[in-house]
Order: sequence, then structure tokens, then C-alpha cells
Amino acid sequence: MNPRHAGPARLRGWWLASGGLAVLVAGIAGLVLGPADLGFGEVLVELVDRLPLVDVDSGLGERQQAIIWEIRLPRVVLGLLVGAMLATAGGAYQGVFRNPLADPYLLGVAAGAGFGATMAIVSGAGDGVGILDPVPLSAFAGALVAVTLTYLVGATGGRLDPVTSLVLSGVAVASFFTAVQTFVQQRESETIRQVYFFVLGQLRTAGWNDVTLLAPYTGVCLAVILMVRRRLDALGVGDEEAGSLGLDVRRMRLITVVAASLGTAAAVSVSGLIGFVGIIVPHTVRLLFGTSYRVILPLTVLFGGAFLVLADVVARLAVQPAEIPIGVVTAFLGAPFFVLVLRTARRAR
Amino acid sequence: MTTIACRSVIVSFDGVEVLRGVDLDVPSGGWVTVVGPNGAGKSTLLRVVARGLVASGEILLDGCPVQSLSRREVAKLVALVPQEPVIPPGMRVLDYVLLGRTAHLGFFEAEGRSDLEVATSALSDLGAAHLAGRTVDTLSGGERQRVVIARALAQESPVLLLDEPTTALDIGHQQEVLDLVDGLRSERNLTVLATMHDLTLAGQYAELLVMLDAGLVAESGSAAEVLTGEAVSRHYGVRVRVIDDEAGPIVVPVRRTT
Repeated sequence: MNPRHAGPARLRGWWLASGGLAVLVAGIAGLVLGPADLGFGEVLVELVDRLPLVDVDSGLGERQQAIIWEIRLPRVVLGLLVGAMLATAGGAYQGVFRNPLADPYLLGVAAGAGFGATMAIVSGAGDGVGILDPVPLSAFAGALVAVTLTYLVGATGGRLDPVTSLVLSGVAVASFFTAVQTFVQQRESETIRQVYFFVLGQLRTAGWNDVTLLAPYTGVCLAVILMVRRRLDALGVGDEEAGSLGLDVRRMRLITVVAASLGTAAAVSVSGLIGFVGIIVPHTVRLLFGTSYRVILPLTVLFGGAFLVLADVVARLAVQPAEIPIGVVTAFLGAPFFVLVLRTARRAR
Repeated sequence: MTTIACRSVIVSFDGVEVLRGVDLDVPSGGWVTVVGPNGAGKSTLLRVVARGLVASGEILLDGCPVQSLSRREVAKLVALVPQEPVIPPGMRVLDYVLLGRTAHLGFFEAEGRSDLEVATSALSDLGAAHLAGRTVDTLSGGERQRVVIARALAQESPVLLLDEPTTALDIGHQQEVLDLVDGLRSERNLTVLATMHDLTLAGQYAELLVMLDAGLVAESGSAAEVLTGEAVSRHYGVRVRVIDDEAGPIVVPVRRTT
């Protein structure tokens, strides 16, 4: 027997290392590439200089240093957090709903956040900064209201099985919030551009404030999802069988959905509605490294972060000096991928 | 001592009673097989015992009402081999058998070395150790059934519930699987509650047969008592000949000539 196949499914060191490498490469690309021309070597030296006990001179001026430390690095870290969160939440949703096309917006997070952001923008409150900026707060609140509503409606699904009723109620709630948001947006056409940017997603306004706002949510939610990943494998045998194995399926689903939704709500409230990351990344990882969530989810954290940072680099380099919304980049890459997933899923059956 | 006791168990779907007051006792270490025509409520009875369905009436596992136990506690007492197990695509056999350890792990806990040992010994008890690295969805029917039983063994529950364990198998594999289960029963001191369609096989392995018809216990007793031509004709609506053999009654359907 092939010794590689002898043990149970688990993360292999070099898989994690390749994920770490992807994060590193994406991070360096995010620091080096951009409208302001900073040399590769100088950026690296500048990074090394900030290590404790190391003192080397990168030769960069104060303004260039500020570009690295106050503009590009927070943007890279934000991209890592948002990408990791959206991708992992997508993977968790796919497991918990046993549906390969589930994404983190399935239960109305995006529609709720879009609605919340639009309300804040049209009421003219969109000029604050950091913790005081009402747009992310309002988007966050909208997302949570939408998901809670979905859960409450789905729980009263009656004759339908719980997964179907939850997904359908997500569709209904999302349509409703999108309708209200579109209505408000049409009435207040002077702010339409700002709303439009939120809907397509952007890491543009990133500063350390956004990062410190988001990091605790992302950290806790990712940790919870990673801790239940073994149970997601058990859920693969269906609700009733998983129950007979001793899994409290309702509690498991609730914990996972709450963590994934809360994390997604926090991420989109800062970044806007970046699409497709939650589907592209977990599926790529699944194709490359196997079907166990014990393997998929930790790698999705790393590759999700790396992917979004790279997408952001493309977004700001593709049509300089303008910047295309990052949601356009992820969707442009994601749509063909979506077709690929559909095709392989059909062939497997 | 009784491991499973059911008292006036009633289950209804959409207002139709599928079980209409079933009493059943499974003695510790025994093998009880439930037979009966399609729709008689056999699988429903097994699902009720495994707490997959809510029923009215009383179901006691080791003397405790099943509704008072948590899912994990139930899973540590009874392990279910479903009629049509859901096989997650791409999952490898060892990982699948390890799912049987779910009830023994804390909510956030991962399997340890001892869980791995339990799973591999369950696989080798079923002569399936060589399958460990294969994916479950590529196995043959007989191999798959052994792997699903191995998952149930990995639960280390004293009671094994088998829902039509032989329906998908040819006669050679039917006998093989039932012999394996019987061997494990004495080796590991398990209690077996099964449902089966093949009356001859059912009679050869069970110590007690229970025949359900339309949600009620119609007959129960030894194979010779339950498998009479008269009883089988009445409850299945079929013409049969029952041949007495030293291994037990052999039930042969006979074509109706009109």
C-alpha cells in the first residue's frame, strides 16, 4: 500500500508551506507593485530594517516609507483578512449546506450589507473615518439583520428540510433587501457612484483603522470555523446519519453559520461586496488537495488571503492611473471558474 | 437483561400512522430481526431506536428513555448501519470509518492515536484493512457494506442496528456479511437488531423474529414459529412453500397459476 494513503486525511507540512509561500509572494507583490515606483530591493530592505535588532538603511525617503507602512501594508493586511474570511466562510457554507455552489452571501449577508451601506451613504453620513465611519457600521448592522431574518424565517420552514428552507429563505430575504436598496439608490441618484463602489468592493480606502476594526472579528470567526472542521466532514453523510453518529447537527449548523456570517458581515462592511472569492478559493483547494474539510479550510485561509491581495494588485495596475473595483477582478476570474466547477461536478456524477 | 425495550411506539407521517403501537424487546447479546412487507414500518422502527425520528410511546436503551439521552449518549449505545448510507464523494475509507468516533470526541476535538487504532482494528475485523486507502465511492457493494459496518463498529456501541444489510448484495456476499456480523456479535458481545427482506436468511441468523404488518407486530417468536406458510401468505399476500430444513425454514415463493 502506498504509505501516503495509509493515514487519515490531514494537513501535510508542505501544503501549509505552499499556502504560506503564496501569502508571502502576494504580500511582497502588494508592497512592491503600485502607482508609486518603489524598487523591489529597497522595499525588502525597508521591511528588514523594521525587524528588531536590525538596522539597515533602505535609502527610501520619508514619503516612500510612509507609502509602504501607512498605505500599502495596511492594504495588504486588509486584503489578507478579507480574502481569508470570505474564502473560509464560503468553504464552511459549502460544507454545512452540502452544496458546492454555496457562497458566504447565500443567506443574505451581501444584500443586507449593501442595504445598510446605502442607507448610511444617502443619509450623508459617509464622511467619518475608522471606528467613527458610519458606512461600515451600518453595513455590518444590515448584514446581521438580514442573516438573522433569514435564520428566523428558515427555522419556521415547516414541511421542507432545514437546509432547503434556510437557503430559500436566504433567497427571499436577499431579494427583499436588494429591492429596497435599489429603490433607495434610484431615489438618491447623486450618491449612486459611492453606492456603486461599495457594491463592487474595494480595498482602496484601507488604513490601519479598518484593519484593527476587522481583525478581532476575523480572528475569532476563523478560529471557530477551523475548530469545527472535523465535524463538517461528519456532516457529509447527511443530517440523519450524522445524528446517529452522535453529532448535534442543529447546533453544529448554527455555530458554523453564525461564525461564517458574522465574519463575512465584518469583512464586507469594510471591503464592500467582493464576489466569487468564497467559491473560487475553496474549490481550487479542493481540486488540488482533496475533499476533507480538515485539509480544505486551513489552506483556504491562506490561499484566500493571498488570492485577494493579488486580485487587488491587478485591480490597481490594470488600467492605471484609475483603479478598477476589486470585485470586477475576482468576478472576471471567478466566472469562468464557476463554469469549470459546474462541469467537473456533472462529470463526477 | 434487556438492552432495547419499546412500549406502544407510535410514529405518524402526515397524519398516517406508520407504527401503530409496537412493543419490542431485544435481550442483551441477542439477535432480533424484524421482517415484514414493504411499508410495514421496519426501517421506521430502527430509526426510532437510533433517535433519528421522534415517536410517542416509550423507548428504553439500557433502561433509559431515549428522549432523555443526548445524541452522543445514544450514539455510544447504538450504532446504525443505514439501508442506503450517504457516501461523501472522494472520502477515503479510513476517514469514513473514523467518522464512527464522532460521539467519543469533544465538540472541537480531533481524533487521537487511540481513535485511529479503534478504526483500523474495526477494518481488520471485517477483513477490510487493505481498503483503508481507497475512496469509499469506488468500492463494490460488498466492500462498501463491510466498510459501513466497520464505521458502526468504530462507534464501540454495544448495540448494532442493521437496516437491510444484505439487500444490495449477491447471495455469497449476503452470507459473508451476516457470518461476519454473527462472529463479531459473539466476539465483542454485541446485541443485533436488524431488518431483512430475505425470510430464509432472516430465520437462519436471528434468535428471535418479529414480523411487522401495517405498523403492528403480527407475529413474533422463533423462525419456525413465525415463518409458517400461512403467516407469510397472510401478511405478504404471496403464495409460498416453506420447507423445513435443519438450518431453519426455507421460504420459497411459488408462482400463482390461474
